[in-house]
Amino acid sequence: MSANVPTTLLEAKAVAKHFGGVKALRDVSLTIRRGEIYGLIGPNGAGKTTFFNCMTGLYVPDGGGFVFDGVPLVADAPHQAAERGIARTFQNIRLFGNMTALENVMVGRHVRTRAGVLGAMLNNAATRAEEAAIRQRAMDLLHYVRIEDRADDLAKNLSYGDQRRLEIARALASEPKLLCLDEPAAGMNATETAELRELIEGIRRDGTTILLIEHDVKLVMGLCDRVAVLDYGALVIEDVPAVVQKDQRVIEAYLGA
Amino acid sequence: MNKWLSPRSAFGITLIVVALLGLPFVAAMGGQAWVRILDFAILYVFLALGLNIVVGFAGLLDLGYIAFYAVGAYAWALLASPHFGLHLPIWVILPIGAGLACIAGVLLGSPTLKLRGDYLAIVTLGFGEIVRIFMNNLNAPVNITNGPQGITLIDPVAFGGFKFSGTTQVFGYALTGPMKYYYLLVALAILVIIINLRLQHSRIGRAWQAIREDEIAAKAVGINTRNIKLLAFAMGASFGGIAGGVFAAMQGFVSPESFSLMESIMILAMVVLGGMGHIPGVILGAVLLSILPEALRYGVGPAQMALFGKQLVDPESLRMLVFGLALVLVMRFKPAGLWPSPERKRELGEKRMEVAK
Ligand SMILES: Nc1ncnc2c1ncn2[C@@H]1O[C@H](COP(=O)(O)OP(=O)(O)OP(=O)(O)O)[C@@H](O)[C@H]1O
Ligand SMILES: [Mg+2]
Repeated sequence: MSANVPTTLLEAKAVAKHFGGVKALRDVSLTIRRGEIYGLIGPNGAGKTTFFNCMTGLYVPDGGGFVFDGVPLVADAPHQAAERGIARTFQNIRLFGNMTALENVMVGRHVRTRAGVLGAMLNNAATRAEEAAIRQRAMDLLHYVRIEDRADDLAKNLSYGDQRRLEIARALASEPKLLCLDEPAAGMNATETAELRELIEGIRRDGTTILLIEHDVKLVMGLCDRVAVLDYGALVIEDVPAVVQKDQRVIEAYLGA
Repeated sequence: MNKWLSPRSAFGITLIVVALLGLPFVAAMGGQAWVRILDFAILYVFLALGLNIVVGFAGLLDLGYIAFYAVGAYAWALLASPHFGLHLPIWVILPIGAGLACIAGVLLGSPTLKLRGDYLAIVTLGFGEIVRIFMNNLNAPVNITNGPQGITLIDPVAFGGFKFSGTTQVFGYALTGPMKYYYLLVALAILVIIINLRLQHSRIGRAWQAIREDEIAAKAVGINTRNIKLLAFAMGASFGGIAGGVFAAMQGFVSPESFSLMESIMILAMVVLGGMGHIPGVILGAVLLSILPEALRYGVGPAQMALFGKQLVDPESLRMLVFGLALVLVMRFKPAGLWPSPERKRELGEKRMEVAK
């Protein structure tokens, strides 16, 4: 395989999910390549968040499955998804509100660290070294998303934009191969959105593949290498932004509205 | 923590050490009964801090905690008494007791930890009762626990030839059994305090707090919530087992009666009333709730005699009345506990503001 042929990082194979009569996902198949920014768009209720939840193990799909990094993902095991290298943020920010910003990111290091109960009780050299490394890494990540001056504030007391950034820092703490962002620009003003865009581009440059759910069409089309459109739980099209923007079905379903 | 102690905190620590060392002698002036009350206060500190790992750190409501204490107590009673003719040494029995309690914790936890809040509370409550009823009935067809009569003549704690029961002379001072146990219990309590502190500020401690804050987010960052909760259960249970062993040795006698639901509720009340998850608060809660009822027991009767010249109200019922009233008042005016952690205080304060809006 030559280096410039893009390789697949995540493959969704006919993923289906129903809630009673609601078909939230109808056999959705798509492919995310290593190193790209992949956009997932669609009208409200199209199934975007449901797709995230299936992929990260919070929901068990009713059909189909995922292959990540060449190996199938185990359904119903969110902690394993994180361990394999999938990290996410939530549409309705879910931080650990009564923990400090720094502690939130430190929790994000959980899957990449080892110390157990015995280490904690003995507080031996290995545990202390790991703890110091966790703290340092978390601090670096806060710096990376530019909220290091809020390190000791409780997460719930951060501004909305900073909470979004903190959630990204926490996700990055697990050293993901794939970072999934669920509407990170929701509720942000133009300046904040521009800053967010810069941040996302930076993360990609540093080698992390990104899956982005977003309603801000301008942001998605400008930022993403490829875009998939969902409508009523079904995949409409998966292609580069220039093609997606001109597609008649997409204009009808979404962009035109 | 790495810095040298400031003179002020060094002074504070010296004061605490002196007070802890001298306390049993002060209590002894009121009679050995008061030293025993002190012993139990410290035993409850130990128990409450064990339960604090489950309730305070991991946020799991456990109403059957006394069951693990019972397992530890019976483990000691069976392995160091004439009942089976076994007299194993402490470093064999205590780990066995802790291990059995730990296994009981895992057995209870693994099927139930999917349940939340009230449901978990009810299942654990049932478990506590089941263990007690087992102890009560395991005397036939094979007599294991000797049923309601309990087990007597249990060996005291002993290290080599040094027994913790009876009086010994140390540097010209007469140290009674309860006084010796006091120092042993203080040492154990300090150990469990250190373990609690270290756990709280560890990777595992943060995972517990994360689960308490938002279980879904905790899963998404890769925490195996089931195992981490189970760990809290197992740890809490092990501490309960150790406390139970010391209890059996100290009393020289165990029977199922000591492990009633009321005891579980009492320990939980210590944790909640003191300040869930906040170690100094839990210690305060345990000391207050174990000493206060005794103080009332000894204080109420004589006080009535002095005031009215006769007993108007039975001291026992008045004691429970005052005790209940105190609990209600604390929960009404200090809902986060008497000495809550700063964060938790803020949390509850804000909730109240929200209601007010
Ligand atoms: N847990 C659930 N129980 C029942 N129905 C659900 C559940 N989660 C999602 N749905 C339904 O599935 C459909 C898809 O929802 P989903 O949240 O995935 O949409 P979305 O594309 O993320 O929309 P939005 O842009 O509003 O976030 C909706 O009809 C929704 O009501
Ligand atoms: Mg959504």
